[in-house]
Amino acid sequence: MHIPDGYLSPSTCAVLYGAAMPFWYAASARLKRVLTTRLVPLLALSSAFCFVVMMFNIPLPGGTTGHAVGVGAATVVLGPWASMLALSIALLIQAVFFGDGGITTLGANCFNMAIAGSLVAHGVYRIVSGKTAVISSRRVVAAALAGYAAINVSALLTACELGIQPLFFRDATGTPLYAPYPLHVAIPAMMIGHLTFAGLAELFVSAGVVAYLQRANPLLLAGSSAGVENLQPKSSVSRSAWNLTRRLWIRLALILLLTPLGILAAGTAWGEWSAADFSHAETRQKIAAASGNVAPPAELPQGVGRLSSIWNAPFPQYAPRFVRRPAFGYVLSAMFGSGLVIMFAAMVGWLAGRRAVPNSGSGEGGTGQHDE
Amino acid sequence: MTNESPSAAPVRFRGGQSRGMIERSLSSFVSGLEHALFAEEVAKKNGLLQRLDPRIKILAGLPLIVASALSRKLWVIAALLALAIVMAFLSRVPLRMLAKRVWLGVLGFTGLISIPALFLTPGQELYRLPVPGWAITWQGLSAAAYLIMRAETAATLSILLVLCTPWNSVLKALRVLRLPIVMVVVLGMTYRYIFLLLRTAHDMLAARKSRMVGPLPGPEFRRMATASAGVLMSKSLQLSGDVYLAMRSRGFRGEVYVLDEFQTRWFDWVALAFFSCVTALAVWFGR
Repeated sequence: MHIPDGYLSPSTCAVLYGAAMPFWYAASARLKRVLTTRLVPLLALSSAFCFVVMMFNIPLPGGTTGHAVGVGAATVVLGPWASMLALSIALLIQAVFFGDGGITTLGANCFNMAIAGSLVAHGVYRIVSGKTAVISSRRVVAAALAGYAAINVSALLTACELGIQPLFFRDATGTPLYAPYPLHVAIPAMMIGHLTFAGLAELFVSAGVVAYLQRANPLLLAGSSAGVENLQPKSSVSRSAWNLTRRLWIRLALILLLTPLGILAAGTAWGEWSAADFSHAETRQKIAAASGNVAPPAELPQGVGRLSSIWNAPFPQYAPRFVRRPAFGYVLSAMFGSGLVIMFAAMVGWLAGRRAVPNSGSGEGGTGQHDE
Repeated sequence: MTNESPSAAPVRFRGGQSRGMIERSLSSFVSGLEHALFAEEVAKKNGLLQRLDPRIKILAGLPLIVASALSRKLWVIAALLALAIVMAFLSRVPLRMLAKRVWLGVLGFTGLISIPALFLTPGQELYRLPVPGWAITWQGLSAAAYLIMRAETAATLSILLVLCTPWNSVLKALRVLRLPIVMVVVLGMTYRYIFLLLRTAHDMLAARKSRMVGPLPGPEFRRMATASAGVLMSKSLQLSGDVYLAMRSRGFRGEVYVLDEFQTRWFDWVALAFFSCVTALAVWFGR
């Protein structure tokens, strides 16, 4: 799962560093606000724990052993923000000092395992555990599923990043310059191992840690010890936000799945012609038929020719170049487009919220001064 | 992430294998400690890279790693690897250790991963294996060579960067990359407490192993291993509270200061100019 240097192109690495940056920034800002002076020791010890837990050999059914990342256990106890930072620091030390994972690919590794893993683990744990008591056995199941889901989502992301390399980065002879396996090889190769053995290691560690803490130190799971009380998002707020928007999310998912219906529509949308359509005899006939039998201009209008070369869409005709099935391309484009809109809206919301509450950490700081 | 046990038969799982698994975990912890001790020893030697300002090493080393990733020519990547080997030699890094820990390790992992690429990458056929009838293609061979060479070069450059610099200096030098000072302190503390927790984990498993007189069934051993992880987490958070109180009692109010004892001499600037030229040439010829 730790992608070494040389497997991803520098541009992919840059994109993933860019994708990880906002999460690192948001997580450190949030933790700094909540923990103030406790940030340094808590983060250091949590990162050291994440590093060491990755070295544990976990026996798996069938006589094999596996290593867990510890993302499930870290997220359940520390919350997603501290978990993503602690795991990122552990991954940085692993990459720089122990050579496990690359330096150029550190952004990708952190994005896959620390960030996406923590968010997925948090989501699954909250949904499955619900309102149950801290010592409920349902929480053990929730932690197990959270770890299992997180590691598999991380593996899927890793496989996708590796799988797109030969599609975009080849030399003149067609030789893949980085990871050589396309998506249809990379995804099964990664997922079979993770859905079976590696996923089980994470499942056992998450469940085992939570089961142990339920017996030995349930306060840690209630998030009321060692300064971690505020690391967990306020459940009532997140739950009410989820309740409010749940229907909208379900509808959005349905609409995304229905986007391939666009393929069934015959002809082209009037006025949405591309520059190439004017030189295509068949398309010219269609344009004429749709325009009351008025033939389009014989030459490509100069303005259209000039302006159409300014920007080339990354997903022309709603299908990225590496996707062969148009239906899959439609769904992928719809997911990408809605994802961008949601990210933009979330960013605007975050900025607006930040401006509205400029100094929400003053309470904690006040307590700190009182302690002195 | 998963490694097959040499004796994978389920029948034997109840027997000696549980002890083997404890030993495997113990050996991971010990090898982590060994690696750190070895790095400290190499960093103390009086070699070429050890004499350079750590900030210059980072400013020179990272672009070289990026240049090896950018290059579209195998000979450019090979030249960078050759440069790394010369630097290792001049810095008194034992080449035998480099071969054993880095080159063979990378070859074992990346080499294994790239074998199917020889057959799966479509292209001009070079040789057809007589028995299964699979064809090795020129493109597959080149793809495997790119992957292995890039991974070897980047791994050698990055290990040199770390082996020839004390870890605390590496961290302080990271500030030239605009890493926030709080993160530098967190990384320093993390590194220090990793060894404490490694020692704790080692002691826990060693204590358990010393009390085991018979075989431990698989599920029970799994429960013991995951509970040990739980103990470790509990101890880590408890310790973070203790460390926090100790810091507060010594006057820590959240401000962090790092002593900047680095000095850049003419030798460092010459080295930076040299490595920058090499990087520029590698990027130019590797286009």
